[in-house]
Amino acid sequence: MATVVRDADEAVADIQDGSIVLIGGFGPAGQPVELIDALIRSGVKELTVVSNNAGNGRVGLAALLANGQVRKIICSFPRQADSYVFDELYRAGKVELELVPQGNLAERMRAAGAGIGAFFSPTGVGTPLAEGKEGRTIGGRDYVLEYPIKGDLALIKAFRADTLGNLVYRKTARNFGPVMAAAAQVTAVQVSEIVDPGDIDPEAVVTPGIFVDRLVKIAGVSPLAARGAAR
Amino acid sequence: MITQPAFDASRPLGRDDLARLVAADIPAGSYVNLGIGLPTRVADFLDSSSGVILHSENGMLGMGPRAYGNEIDPDLINAGKLPVTETPGAAYFHAADSFAMMRGGHLDVCVLGAFQVSFDGDLANWHTGAADAVPAVGGAMDLAMGAKHVFVLMTLFNKDAAPKLVPKCTYPLTAVGCVSRVYTDHGVFLVTDHGVVARQTYGMREDDLAERLQLRFVTA
Repeated sequence: MATVVRDADEAVADIQDGSIVLIGGFGPAGQPVELIDALIRSGVKELTVVSNNAGNGRVGLAALLANGQVRKIICSFPRQADSYVFDELYRAGKVELELVPQGNLAERMRAAGAGIGAFFSPTGVGTPLAEGKEGRTIGGRDYVLEYPIKGDLALIKAFRADTLGNLVYRKTARNFGPVMAAAAQVTAVQVSEIVDPGDIDPEAVVTPGIFVDRLVKIAGVSPLAARGAAR
Repeated sequence: MITQPAFDASRPLGRDDLARLVAADIPAGSYVNLGIGLPTRVADFLDSSSGVILHSENGMLGMGPRAYGNEIDPDLINAGKLPVTETPGAAYFHAADSFAMMRGGHLDVCVLGAFQVSFDGDLANWHTGAADAVPAVGGAMDLAMGAKHVFVLMTLFNKDAAPKLVPKCTYPLTAVGCVSRVYTDHGVFLVTDHGVVARQTYGMREDDLAERLQLRFVTA
């Protein structure tokens, strides 16, 4: 059952050192910056972070990395124009990287959320990223065995929630949110607004509340984002 | 069907000419993913009447042109993380669905950049293999393996004048045997089961090109 918590700190309060944390976002879009800031304040260490990218600029995920709280990152695309925090830590050997093709990354989390033990993917066959992995030919096509990625905690950003945890996202900020929400033991979601049950059209719910544990309203959504969502 | 644009075959193609050529080769009504960089430019030359629908790996079909000024919405970006717009009939979806569209063979065409393409259609476009490089793969492997047709858009020679269409890729592979066409400044090449066909050359004669690439072209 989803609980509306007071603030971002309460949403991540019981995080343990060494946890696997799934963090939503594709670049800055959908990145739950305020929840990540709470993770930084918690002082938790030795995290394994699963996210598509490895942080932009010096905020959010980049700030968590810069603070030395991440032991390992599992992602598809760490290198970006403004990923200098990660780049420096990686080159200095201070953070471990597991590079996963983006579709396999999404599907490994989807599998975790769906109770699938492992799956055969055609992505990566014949490339360095499939080295050492079990392969199989099915129907004349080659596949590699991929295992689920399950999180202890997922931090995601949605646009609107009802108090039962049903979620609606905005545009391309949806990205990994729905997949991560189902793949973690505990899912904390920051939203721009929380409404009463019934105020979201059940046909329009993207992530059903059963996948959500903690909701926190973060004020200060950009006026432009609010305008877009009101359409 | 769009008429093939005519280009002066005595000169290499410029970047915009290349993008225009690829755009003209995309069948009407296709679902298409354009890679980051030069391939993105193909969108500028797609005829709005062609009904081509652009897929963006970060969870969108019906992607429109770049957004500027007060059109910019931080929640609406493309795979290169630049602000874009949506077209009427656009749809948003999560990452697992987005890659199901690739892996499941639903995308008709993807256009990608490349470091190297082999004569067998192997693609290398994600990692130079340099020891100090920070590797990043993103959706390249899923796209290359999953789209029905993989078009590569690149210069034929690198900065050191070495060919990028090669007998065997020396850079780490993105996917095996996936490329069907290679669009370059010096020629358009079709990768077929019995060899590479030079559909057209630009600024170089076919036999000179064959010698430079150490490739025996086959006829279609």
